[in-house]
Amino acid sequence: MTVLTIARSTFREAVRDRVLYSPAVFAVLMTGAAVLVGQVSIGIERLVVINLGLAATTFFGVIVAILVGIGLVAKEIQKRTLYTVLSRPVARWQFVAGKFVGLAGTLAINGGLMGLGLLAALRYVSPGFSGADVWVLVAVYFILLQLLMVCALALLFSTFSSPLLAGVFSFALFVLGNFAGELREAAQGGVGWTHHLAVGAAYLMPNFSAFSVAAGVAHGESIASLLIWHNSIYAVTYTGLVLCAAILAFEWRELQ
Amino acid sequence: MPIIEILGLEKTYTTGLFRRQRKHALHAFSLEVYAGEVFGFLGPNGAGKSTTIKLLMGLAFPSSGSARILGMRIGDPQVRSQLGFLPEQPYFYDHLTARELLEYYAQLSGMEAKGRARRICEVLQRVGLDGAAETALRKFSKGMLQRVGLAQAILHNPRVLFLDEPMSGLDPLGRREIRLLIEELKAEGKTVFFSTHILADAEALCDRVAVLHAGRLRGVGAVCDLIGDAGRVELVWRGRNLVAMRPLLQETHISGELVRGVVLQAAQEQALEILRCASVPLVSLTPVRTSLEEYYLRQTKLEAQPQEVRA
Repeated sequence: MTVLTIARSTFREAVRDRVLYSPAVFAVLMTGAAVLVGQVSIGIERLVVINLGLAATTFFGVIVAILVGIGLVAKEIQKRTLYTVLSRPVARWQFVAGKFVGLAGTLAINGGLMGLGLLAALRYVSPGFSGADVWVLVAVYFILLQLLMVCALALLFSTFSSPLLAGVFSFALFVLGNFAGELREAAQGGVGWTHHLAVGAAYLMPNFSAFSVAAGVAHGESIASLLIWHNSIYAVTYTGLVLCAAILAFEWRELQ
Repeated sequence: MPIIEILGLEKTYTTGLFRRQRKHALHAFSLEVYAGEVFGFLGPNGAGKSTTIKLLMGLAFPSSGSARILGMRIGDPQVRSQLGFLPEQPYFYDHLTARELLEYYAQLSGMEAKGRARRICEVLQRVGLDGAAETALRKFSKGMLQRVGLAQAILHNPRVLFLDEPMSGLDPLGRREIRLLIEELKAEGKTVFFSTHILADAEALCDRVAVLHAGRLRGVGAVCDLIGDAGRVELVWRGRNLVAMRPLLQETHISGELVRGVVLQAAQEQALEILRCASVPLVSLTPVRTSLEEYYLRQTKLEAQPQEVRA
């Protein structure tokens, strides 16, 4: 109950901070792009709109996840709004979990609206529903899973560092995570303890490269159901572990 | 049984790049606060008052020692439902209205949905904010935020209240209203532990006070004991300043036709005799009592820095 109360409050704060304006910006961008692409490209309108749409969904989503995510705890500490919450019968883990659930809900609505915007733009350039649209929706789902992981990372960093540093760390991990495949391959090259260290570090990075399906989807390729299951389980497990680390870090945090 | 029991509570911070420098925010001290008391925690800025309150609220962790509130260890969620807390210079979610904020805190405090709205109206009225219930907190003045802070502290009808500088940022009228509110809370049987450096408030409100300076507890006691007999009396008479009186007077002040003189208690009879012989009408004779400010200054040895004291 306490977790849901905090989650609702977090969601309301995000809405009143106009976080959900980003889908509106996205809608304008996609409408403009669809009209423009329809006029300048022949035969590849669909490919361009899907690529642009998925890239914009990822960009806006990550910005929102990091900006709001770092504010979840760090700003509450900085502004001391946390004092009157934690002086009530609220456990620290409930606070962290509530904040995460609230932001995850915000991101889900945000991402969902952007996904609908993308579908609307696709309808404009290629009228009629296509079976390949399902894979576009799966790609949006993958983006949402990535946003959950980014949000959990931002939350973890915000429990022990300033909002600025938490933002930098989160964005750096998002970028590195997109090269996780390469990092894992490179880590295999080491010998002895450096090998174990490199492999360990590479596997600690979130593996966002496994979620990059935009190019295939734009060309109408399907997504294997095994990959959908694998990515879903990986994202939930990774997010859960990062949240546990955030809760542990916050349990030890002194509020000065 | 004490309501608040502090046993050797100590707080040390490590500072510096490698966390090797230790800074004592609070030296080990013990203290007891009893049911129904208004307890003043006095000290200059940086004395450790807020640190103590944060330790008691479970927001920071003691380096050593322990504390119990209502017989339960600090940090126990069960005890926190019985506590009200107003932080120093409170800041709240400014996207919410006063009513929404109190609704949020009411839910977190585990108050039942039935009667919640009525209770929120009651406390808003009690702190004089019933007219601003639907106003977003970002539009509130500092004094109004302090009032919202008090409203959230008393919302769930707690048995013990911790108020960190409750009069801070308030105008004289606002301070008076908060003083009245604290008196009402005492009349309701609440225990109020409040920190302040405004000595007039402490003297007017507190049953007992503790003086903290540089992280050390310098003294604890009932206000009436601390501001005891100073061994001097004040005489006020009508007429002129008498030459024979001058050797006895420690202080003199002439205002119109009234002369106010302070003499040692031992010289009281001699002074009265001089007035009788000169047929000067005596207006009043009052024992001089040590003020809380004098006691505070003695404990904190701040005579050289009077700007720290706002009595």
